[in-house]
Formats: sequence, structure tokens, C-alpha cells
Amino acid sequence: MRQFIERHTFWAIVLVLLIAVFLWLVFAVWPPWLVAAIGRKKTFVNTLFNGVTLGGLYFLVASGFTLVFGLMRNVNLAHGSMYLLGGYIGYDVAEASGSWFLGLAVAFLVIALSGALLQVLVFRRMEGDDLRQTLVTIGLSIVAADLMLAAWTGVTYQFAPPEWLFGAAKLPIVSAVKSSGDAVYIKYPIYRLSVLVVAIGIGIALWLFLNRTRVGMMIRAGVNDRDMLSASGVNVQLVFAVVFAIGAGLAGFAGVVGGTALSISPGEDIRYLLASLIVVIVGGLGSVTGAAIGALLIGLAEQFGLAYFPTYGVVLTFLIMVFVLAVRPQGIMGGR
Amino acid sequence: MEARRRRGHGIFSGGIAWSDLHPGTVAAVVFLLAWPSFTSDFFTFQIGAYSLILGTIALSLMLLAGYGGMVSLAQLTVAGITAYLVAILGDNSVGVMGLGWPWWLTVPAAILAGAVLGALIGAISVRTEGIYTIMITLAIAVVSFFFVRQNYVLFNGWTGFAGVEPPTLFGIYWRDPVPFYYLSLLVAGGFFCAVAYVSRSTFGLGLQAIRDNPRRMRALGFDVALHRIFAFFLAGLIAATAGVLLVWFNGRVSPGTMGVEASIDILVIAVVGGLRHPIGPFLGAVGFVLLENFAIDLIDRERFNTVIGLVFLLVVLFSPDGLLGLWNRIRPRLRFDRNARPVAGRATMDAAGQPASARQSTS
Amino acid sequence: MYRTRKTLFTAAALLAGSTGLAGIAQAEDTIKMGALATLEGAFAALGEDSMRGVTMALEEVDYMAGGKKIELVTGSSDASPDSAIRATRKLVEQDGVQVMVGPLSGSEGLAVKDYAKTQPDVTFVNGTSAAQDTTLRDPAPNFFRFSTDGAQWMAGLGEYAYNVKGYRSVAVLAEDYSFPYTQVFGFLEPFCRLGGKAPADARFWVPIGNKDYSSVIAALPDDVDAIYVALGGADAINFLTQYEQAGGELPLVAGSITVDQSVLGSKGRTRDFVIGTPSAGPISDTWDDPRWDAFVAAYQKRFPDGFPSPTLFSHGYYINTKALLLGIEAVGGDLSDGGAALRAALSALEFETPTGMVTLDPRRNAVADIFLTEVIVGPEGNLVNKTLEVIPAVSQTFGLAYEKFLEYGQVSRENPPCE
Repeated sequence: MRQFIERHTFWAIVLVLLIAVFLWLVFAVWPPWLVAAIGRKKTFVNTLFNGVTLGGLYFLVASGFTLVFGLMRNVNLAHGSMYLLGGYIGYDVAEASGSWFLGLAVAFLVIALSGALLQVLVFRRMEGDDLRQTLVTIGLSIVAADLMLAAWTGVTYQFAPPEWLFGAAKLPIVSAVKSSGDAVYIKYPIYRLSVLVVAIGIGIALWLFLNRTRVGMMIRAGVNDRDMLSASGVNVQLVFAVVFAIGAGLAGFAGVVGGTALSISPGEDIRYLLASLIVVIVGGLGSVTGAAIGALLIGLAEQFGLAYFPTYGVVLTFLIMVFVLAVRPQGIMGGR
Repeated sequence: MEARRRRGHGIFSGGIAWSDLHPGTVAAVVFLLAWPSFTSDFFTFQIGAYSLILGTIALSLMLLAGYGGMVSLAQLTVAGITAYLVAILGDNSVGVMGLGWPWWLTVPAAILAGAVLGALIGAISVRTEGIYTIMITLAIAVVSFFFVRQNYVLFNGWTGFAGVEPPTLFGIYWRDPVPFYYLSLLVAGGFFCAVAYVSRSTFGLGLQAIRDNPRRMRALGFDVALHRIFAFFLAGLIAATAGVLLVWFNGRVSPGTMGVEASIDILVIAVVGGLRHPIGPFLGAVGFVLLENFAIDLIDRERFNTVIGLVFLLVVLFSPDGLLGLWNRIRPRLRFDRNARPVAGRATMDAAGQPASARQSTS
Repeated sequence: MYRTRKTLFTAAALLAGSTGLAGIAQAEDTIKMGALATLEGAFAALGEDSMRGVTMALEEVDYMAGGKKIELVTGSSDASPDSAIRATRKLVEQDGVQVMVGPLSGSEGLAVKDYAKTQPDVTFVNGTSAAQDTTLRDPAPNFFRFSTDGAQWMAGLGEYAYNVKGYRSVAVLAEDYSFPYTQVFGFLEPFCRLGGKAPADARFWVPIGNKDYSSVIAALPDDVDAIYVALGGADAINFLTQYEQAGGELPLVAGSITVDQSVLGSKGRTRDFVIGTPSAGPISDTWDDPRWDAFVAAYQKRFPDGFPSPTLFSHGYYINTKALLLGIEAVGGDLSDGGAALRAALSALEFETPTGMVTLDPRRNAVADIFLTEVIVGPEGNLVNKTLEVIPAVSQTFGLAYEKFLEYGQVSRENPPCE
């Protein structure tokens, strides 16, 4: 940190100023000229929170995608289908057992298992053949989407989260002061805040897993040099299966979390596949940190786009992608 | 083969001798030309012409994937945007845009714009290697779909454009089944020959060599990125022309025309047909269109996508060269091999002297 | 591999077979009827329910009309106009249907109307597509709509919101395509004529299929009396839940498919805060009338695995199919004149439906009763729509002269301006 300040004094000052302006925007009561310029504070702060929480959700989905790619060079285009399937299975279990958390756990386990099976039964047979693996995942996603439509129909499903997660919390942020002098506080859904907490928790857990455990060490070694890892006596296939299981399981987990925040219905598989694609293209394939940065960027871009210029919101996301590809083709945190 | 390659100097030098023509090719050409004379309008138009259009779009993908090793999911996007441009620059009945340009201006402008768009997509996606291409083009396809669906000023959003008419020329209304069929046949046949020709040209051979070993080609002084972008431009040209036919065929264009499922259908068509030879995409397209139209009479239409997906999976898992590969595999057993010649894609050796069929991976 | 080959051979066999069959004239004593609905994609469940309506109408007459046997050929689209046209073309040009029912959604309807003009000898009857211009502007002489359009469905709601609820200004939240435009127009036109306000900067048009409404909810103004919401299916469910989560307090006024059974009966939380939300549409779940009760009972008996109560899709397809069958009956099954007599009979048709009498206007669009409803807690504890009022004989032009109505212009985001 100190090194950075010493080396790039100018940029450090700019950064501090930006953070200060940002904090002021969030916490101060906006003067009328600012409201006239960019609209009400309530809209801005809510959109900001929405962007960050959506980024959290995107991180949950994309981290599994990027993890699998980083190790196996397997672009799993059926990742969106796993998200959707996890949501459906989680819903059925939660409905039958009455426990939302059980649904979450089962969704994670079932999708993790299916991911491991896919790796062992299918992808192992065509190792090193990226294109064919990718085509297989496309085929799987076509069939999966249609079979899910048959099993769960086109109806929209929405989870009932535990009661204490539902409703809105009053944030200690003043949006406006009424003429009577009372402060109006901003309200925000509790559930979405907890999505953010969960995403940060998963992120930290992934980091600890990759950096502080033996398996994590093998995985990182495998990302760097797969052949050398296998030459040093490690059962690479087992590591692959474990990583695929974790990556897929995270998608299933995100299916329940996202299905509760929003809802699940046919077509969600493509939405979250697209989100994962853009997040990892921006963040850098194979990097969990990159996925976090990319998810935050895309989440914010999508929400600010929706609130301030709905028609062109999707273009904003696209421009970010093109810009990153032009400046840094391997993505913000991409290694190679 | 060697001799022929050396003969050329320009980027497109190469050649096909008339003596190369296989009797089967002649039979196929006669059959295609005679097709409208013994079928109903429905089969001429909706089966025949539509297969040719889809086949042409898939052909553009085949050019990129088969020779360039770049699987692009945005070829239908190019065709779709071109179709939109025909409606925007020319006439439509919706009352949005419709600049009313004459057809001889609209069509070349739209095709050129489509080809440039193809090159742009290429420029974005070839900055990275291998498998990135499929992801970036998929992202581009999805984003374009969402954009045309939400933009009302230019693309008229969800509804899109209707009432797009082909010109009446030489006293012929070109959407009538028989003229339209021959128009599609002309376009498809022309591009088929062009792709077959390009594959043997210096440029095509360079492209295939880049597919197999980009680093070596870079070391040899080839501009790898430029070759790839030019391939995207050519593929864009093909897809864009097919896009003009597509909008004339439907008489309309809407976001669904270039939706994600439809883009993936193009990939399915190309892969199931076979990526080794330009005929593959057309085989795939005929099979696909027949299934699309008649699946409802055979099986429950509801599970159409499962059938398509399973066929695709089986082909990818067990016959990576598609129907074409299947044919090449069973042909020796049928003892047809006396005058069998290797098909073009197989015959070309890459720069490393390794048979093209030996390569699989692109990264 | 084997499968692929088999498919190819089957396809080849089909090709040969069908080519030969196409030319053979059909038997004299049958009439081929096509039915087009969205049997694939996300709207498949609605398409299936549409086909239930067709089946009910046909079974009522035992597949016989005018002394001829009716042979049903089914077509499927994925709700895109392109696929609707391909399926229609196959039904008409390959299967040789003489009459056709469908399609289901608005832009499909506009596409099929355009196609109908190229097939003057085939008679087209609408399914449930509800775009205004299918019949209002540039109609096809052989396209009939015995169901009503999206603006008609809103009849009475604007007056109710202004006069009874006392709302003076509303914000509008709707999907960004033609069907919600039509509904917004149908609601705002009377509301603003009475003096209500819905300024352009309080209208929010969200992309269809949007899942995350939280930012839009945050942008909704506080200084309006109510929010008029025209979202459908999954979009409506997402909005309602997130609105509740965000602690929204403004009352709602709903479009025809915003608080219907597909939303109220969806899986998940019950949404008690929508109780009291007024809406309007072509059917009402709880209309206490023997004709409707009989229809619901027949539906439930025939399709125990269908929806709890017929949706507006089975209802619309039922009415349109029934009208077609009545027309065929009226001409004694004689379509030898290319259906000209049938079309004349259909134009003059006046018949009893489960939701009251239906007649046609000069552009072959239905004049029918519309139901003004309100969400209440039903007898079984679930949410249902209570019928507040039946608006009789609503015409496409709201009772105005045709030319006068055209002056309102096409439906769009800014129509009516309502400042």
C-alpha cells in the first residue's frame, strides 16, 4: 500500500478523492442542484446497492465457471443449465421438507455430483480437445433446457425464504429530509444484503481453500502446469473431479440463492450463462479474484443501466467487455 | 496438390479443374436444378429454399470453424443485422425507419455492412486464442439479440419489421416459390464453389495452417490476426447475403430471427452436417428443416429440442466429422472406393505436413 | 450414430412420401382445420391450454359440422412471428387446411394476418392474439377475431380508478412492447379524459423478461396515488415480490395478465398485499353466471390435469373455434367456393359464449363483454378475482366512429400524452 502511494502519488490522490466523493454521495443529504442533475438520492443509492448485490450473485455463478476453466481448459457452456437445475431441485426439496436451507444444501450436493459425473464419464474421454468438450456442453444445455421445461413446465418458481430474511431493513443512510425536519431513511431488502454477505463468505472460503489447503495447492499447481502436477505423483483426475464438483455445486447453490432473490423460469439458464461469460471475459478466465471484480463491474453496469437508461443498459455491459478485450485481451486479472 | 499450390502467386490463386468433377456432383447439380419441377410449392419454397438459406449461413460458420478453427456463434447475428438493414434502408410496412432506398442500393449496402460487422466481430474475438472465440461470439450474439429487442428507434424492438418485399425484376416477383428457389440456389451454389475454391487458395491454405499451428505461422512471417479477420470478413459476406435472402423469405425480421436458440441451431446444423467440407452445412440444413417441419407429425413437437440436442450430442460424441464423416467412414465398406477421392478439407495438408484430419484441438 | 442415420432415412422417406401426397385432393366429406399455438418454448404451458379450448369446442360437436367430418391438424410455434409463419405455411400449403385457428400472441397475430392476405381462399380465425392492428388498421378480409384486443380488455378500468378509487395521478410500469402499449392505452385513455395524470417521466418501460425490478422500484415516484402495472407471467411475479420486499406502499392497478391465475396461483409466497387491486379482462374466474359455470365445469371434467380454472387462452381458442364451427354449420359444410360463403356467414354470426354474446364489427373484430375485477381472498383461502362489474358490448373503437378512433394514433409509449 505504502509502496503504491510512493510510486503513484498522483493516482493515489485521485483514488482517495474518488472514494471521498463516493462516500459523500452515499451518506450526505443531496443538495437540490444535484437532485436536479442526476435524480433523487433514493434511486442512486438503491441502484448502487442493487448493483453490488447483483454482482455478489454473479460472482457465485461465475466463480465456479472460472475455476473449472482455469484448471481444465473446459469452457462449460452448460453452466447456466446447472444454475437452473439447482434452482428447480432446491425448490422441490425446500417445498417437500419445508426447509429452505435443506433445499440449498441438496441443490449444491446434487449439482456437484452431476458435475463430477460429467467430468468422469464424458470430459475425461476427450481431454485436451477443448472444442469438442465445449460442443458437448452446448449439446447438454440444449437437451437439459428442454427436459427441464418438460419436468417443471414454463411456470415461474419463487422460493419462500425463512421469514427473518424477508422484508426490508432501514439503512442508516438518509435519503431526504422532510419539511418537518424528520429524516427519511433508505429501506433495503434484507435478503439481498444477505446475498452479498454469502457471496463475500464464499469468496473468502474459496480463497482459503485455494491458498491454505493441500488440495487447493494442487489445484493452483495444476492451473500453472498440469503435466508437471501429474508427473509429481498427484492423481490429477481426482483433482479434476473435485474441482468440477465444486464449480458445478456453486452453480446449483447460486440457483437457489438467485431463485430466492429473483425467480427461476425457463430462459434463466441463458441469462446466467451470459452473465458468467461476460464476467470471466472481463475478469480474466481462471482467476477467482478476476471473477469478483468482473461480477461487481457487470452488476453495477446492469443496474445503473436499468435505472437510468433502460433501452441501452445491455450496451453498457457490452462496451465494458469490448473495452477490456481491446486493452487487455486476457481480462483484468487474466494470467496468460 | 503441391504443384497446384506452387502455381499460384496471388492471395487467391489456386484452381479447380473441370476434370475434378465427380459423377455424383453432376447428379447432385441436376437434381437440385430439377427440384422445383417435381415438387409442390411448399417443398420448393419452405423446404428447398429455406434449407439453402440456412445451409449458406452454416457454410459461413463452416468456413471459419473448419478451415480457421474459430467457432463463431455470431454468424446468424451477422445475417440478422443484414436482414434488419434491408428493412431499415429499404421499405417496410411498420412505419418505423424504412428509408426507401432502391433495392440495388439497399442490398449491396446491407451486405457490405454485414460483412464489415463480421470483420469487426472477428477483430474483437481474434485478439485472444482458441476457445475464447466461442465465448466472445456467444456473448456478442446474446447482447445483439437483447439490443435489437430493446431498441425502438432503429430496430423497432420486440415487434421488428414486417412487409419487407423482394424487388420485382424482369417481370418476376422474386418471392414466388420457383424464382426464389433458384435465387437461393444461385447464392448457395456460388458461395459453395467460392468456399471450395478459397480452401485451396493460398489464403485458405494459410488459414488452415494457422488453425493447426498459429505460432509457427507467426514465426514464418504470416500476419495471423489479419488472416483470421479476413476470414471473418469473408464469412460475414456469406452470412450477410444469406441474411438478405432470409428477410425476403420471411418477409419480416424480428429479434427472434437472431435469437440465441437460433444461433445455436446454426452451429448444430454445421456440426451435424460436418465441418470438413462445404457440403456438410447443406446436408445438416436439409435434415434440420425436414425435422423442424415434420417432427410434429412423427413425434410430439414439444420435445423437438431434445431430439435436436441428442442428435447433436451423438454426432459430437461419436462422429466428430458429422454426417459427412459418417459417410466417409461407411463408404469403404460399401465398396464405392474404387474412384474415391479424398474430400477437399482432408486433402489439404497443413504447413507442418500433418494431415488436416489429424488435428482436433485449436488452442 | 445409428440414430442419426435413422433420422436421415426417415427424413428421406418422408420427403418422398409427402411430395406425392401433397397433390392428392382430400376426401369430399372432411374439412381440414388447422390449429396453431405455442406448443414449444417458454409459453408451452399456455399453448397447451389453448389446445384444450380447441378440443372442447370440437368435442362438443363430436368433430362434425355442417355434415362434414372435421379433421384437426396441429401446428406449433415458439411465440416468434417467424416460427408462426413457417408453421402456418406448412398447415396451409403442405397439409392443405381450409380453415385455421390461431395464433396465440400479438406479434404472431400481425404476421399471420399479413400471410392471410396471400391465401384468399383459406379462412383464418384468431386464437388469443390481442394486438390492436391485427384488425384495426389494414385488416385482411379473411381474418376473423371473435376474441377482443388488449385495449378492449381494459374497458371500465380507467373510469373505475378515477371515479371509485379516486386516483388522480398514476405512475405506469409496463413491459416495453406492443401488447402492454395497447393495455396502457386502453387504461389511460378514459382515465386521462376524466382528468387523471400520468406524465411521461412517470412511465417506466422495462425490457420484457427483466427479472430484477429493484432499481426500477427505487426510481418510482412517491407523489402519485397509484401504480398502473402491465406486466405478465414471470415478470409480474418478480415485480410483485420485489415490490413487497422493498416495502412498497402505493396501491396497484393491474393489467389483464398481471393478477390473473398464472400469477396469483404461482408457486411460492402468497401475495396478500395485492388484495383489492382492480383489473379488467375478457374473463373473470368468479363470474356467477350459469354459462360460465357450465364452461368451467366442462373444462375441469375433461382436463383434470389442466389449470384449476380455464385461462383466457383456453377461453379465447374455445370461442374462436366454436365460431368457426358455427359458421361451417351455417353453410352446410360447403367450402367449394373457396370459403366465400363461410366468410359471409362468419361476418354475420352472433352467438352465445361462456362470457356473453359476441358479434363482429365491420373489420371482423369482436364486440364482447369485458369484466371489471378486484383481487379478493377466495373461499379456499387462495387469491381470486371477484367480478365487480360486467361492461357490456365493448367495441374495438370504444364506441367511437372508426375514423374518429384512428385519430388517437397507433399505440405507443407516449399515447395518450396525458400531461
